[in-house]
Amino acid sequence: MLERNDMPRQDPDKRRSNFGEVALGYSHEQALAEASRCIQCKKPSCVAGCPVGIDIPAFIQYMADDNMDAAIRELKSMNALPAICGRVCPQETQCEEICVLGNKGEPVAIGRLERYAADHEQDKIETEAVASAKATDKKVAVVGSGPAGLTAAAELAKMGHGVTLFEALHKAGGVLVYGIPEFRLPKSIVQSEVEYVESLGVDLQLNNVVGKLDTVDELLEEYDAVFLGTGAGLPVFMGIDGENLSGVYSANEFLTRVNLMKAYQFPGYDTPVKRGQRVVVVGGGNVAMDSARCAVRLGAEEVTIVYRRGEDEMPARNEEIENAQEEGVKFKLLSNPTRILGDESNWVTQLECLNMELCEPDESGRCRPVPLEGSQHLMDVNVVIIAIGTSPNPLIPMTTKGLETSKWGTIIADEDGLSSKEGVYGGGDVVTGAATVISAMGAGKTAAKAINKYLKRDK
Amino acid sequence: MQFKILEKFQIVPTIHQMIIDAPKIAKKAKAGQFIILKIDETGERIPLTIADFDSEKGTITTIFMEVGKTTKHLSTLNAGDSLQDFVGPLGNPSKIEPSDTVVCVGGGVGVAPIYPIARAHKAIGNKVISIIGARSAELLLWEDKMQEVSDELYITTDDGTKGHHGFVTDVLKKLLEGDEPISLVVSIGPAIMMRTVAGVTHPFGVKTIVSLNSIMVDGTGMCGACRVLVGNETKFACVDGPEFNAHEVDFTLLMNRLMMYRDEEQQALENYKCDNEGCQC
Repeated sequence: MLERNDMPRQDPDKRRSNFGEVALGYSHEQALAEASRCIQCKKPSCVAGCPVGIDIPAFIQYMADDNMDAAIRELKSMNALPAICGRVCPQETQCEEICVLGNKGEPVAIGRLERYAADHEQDKIETEAVASAKATDKKVAVVGSGPAGLTAAAELAKMGHGVTLFEALHKAGGVLVYGIPEFRLPKSIVQSEVEYVESLGVDLQLNNVVGKLDTVDELLEEYDAVFLGTGAGLPVFMGIDGENLSGVYSANEFLTRVNLMKAYQFPGYDTPVKRGQRVVVVGGGNVAMDSARCAVRLGAEEVTIVYRRGEDEMPARNEEIENAQEEGVKFKLLSNPTRILGDESNWVTQLECLNMELCEPDESGRCRPVPLEGSQHLMDVNVVIIAIGTSPNPLIPMTTKGLETSKWGTIIADEDGLSSKEGVYGGGDVVTGAATVISAMGAGKTAAKAINKYLKRDK
Repeated sequence: MQFKILEKFQIVPTIHQMIIDAPKIAKKAKAGQFIILKIDETGERIPLTIADFDSEKGTITTIFMEVGKTTKHLSTLNAGDSLQDFVGPLGNPSKIEPSDTVVCVGGGVGVAPIYPIARAHKAIGNKVISIIGARSAELLLWEDKMQEVSDELYITTDDGTKGHHGFVTDVLKKLLEGDEPISLVVSIGPAIMMRTVAGVTHPFGVKTIVSLNSIMVDGTGMCGACRVLVGNETKFACVDGPEFNAHEVDFTLLMNRLMMYRDEEQQALENYKCDNEGCQC
């Protein structure tokens, strides 16, 4: 069996000092070679692993035939944002995990092929307008322009509904622009995917904080349905002493400064960020990896991930952990911060940690970390980034009558995304808690179908 | 979408008034809330408290003082120019409830955001006593507007060029010691002034509200840059505030966190001056 084609990447030594994309994408020849590895199963298992149900063998066959235009049409019929998914989907736990080639060798690099096809189209610039259904007289408000909102808006527009997409920030994309760094997902890619969604007829309203400007109840006076895709944007802190010292960031703040506000280009861009020499990132997920790798690029001498469990328990993608390691990020595992210390002018100076050991698995199936008595020790630091998770912003639940939330602040919705309030749907992190881009897109798509059905009810 | 500047002028040296065409925000704005603006593509997001709003004309008025690069740059814009981004109304509105005498204390550029609060109290029939202060008479702003919405108005200047020679807190203390039935003090100004106000009212047990001007990025609860310690609990000034019980605020932390980017602010300002005002370095 032919071996899977590696994708060229920027050399670790070089990429440590720039924000250019790390993974460089296949060449035309590599894409053709990889596409021809697909054995076109009669009953493909990979499709079931795709949250948005892309006909994977079909688009790959087009690529193997060197018909990239047909490949992208196939992709876009099911997925509005292929250039993004090709980059940030955890394919290794989705479509590629169940590719039959994986039983004996390596699975088809489905994500890399998706990326190639999508980039091929972007290079051509001319985006073919997808034929939309006949225009209806229904209007839908989509709140939040992250992966869930963009997908829901695109799907609803294709169904012929009038869609307004509300975004609180000054740029569309949600976590794709404020959270995921340039070197993993170039912002120009997000921008062109957003433009594609706008080309479907979606009216994008930036700088519009729903809940402050218009409440959901007010939107319902003007719109026939509302989709809430407001994400999990509220940073969680650890609740330990010293978290308000200067130099201590939530990952959200650090990444927003660096990615959305482009603080890495300060003073060319006006927003500053502290460039620490010794940076500690607390947490073991993709957001922690993104933060650590940004800190490396901002010139830190030493960047350390502090995580309370072991390497196997880290929720980050293996690829991201490897990328971070290659770039010189250190991993201090089985270690939990207990206190942050500062100087007289409130600047962080040291982090106190406690060593942990793993015992019996807990209800999450992961081993519960237990502190080792007397193992306190101090690390010298001048920037600490807390990346232990996020929860939904309470603004919309607080200002919407009859919208039920769970004790974690997530909006309660059924499998179609319908909330406790008629005409109001939700999907993505605001319903599930922090998860992946593609699961949010899947939820956006499911809700769009349900909204369509709701709008066309008994007439 | 661009947000047009309808009027822009200097009220007193280094302090400017800017009226923005923002009908949606003007319709929703209430006393005590703020907006965040960004001038252009490379700009930073800065919060400014709403100093006035007119839902009929669809305008928001902000007052700002030239401090760093962004406010220097803002000061060079004129009517007809536009801001790339303008978002609001953010934060919680002031609680305006019927009560005994309300004392509104504004210092420096903080006089502007205290104005709509005083006006709102006056509008529901509360007796409003205002104390406004500045370093010097020429820096005192909105005396006439404050006069309109106050039953009594006191003026203080640090150098004695107008009104009481001294600080707003001197007058506040005298009022508290007098017979006036004061049930609420609202204060907006530099952090150090608000801390002093809190110190003055505390022994009298009078409820005191301050509006905190922490550093912010998104202003919607997403980043936590604006965190403050209130009653030993971490709060986000943007969504939990900006108004808090002054007697519970950790002002030392607030002031330290306001200094966090002092070096970068200095650097940005010097670069800006070099590029626009001729290099003095």
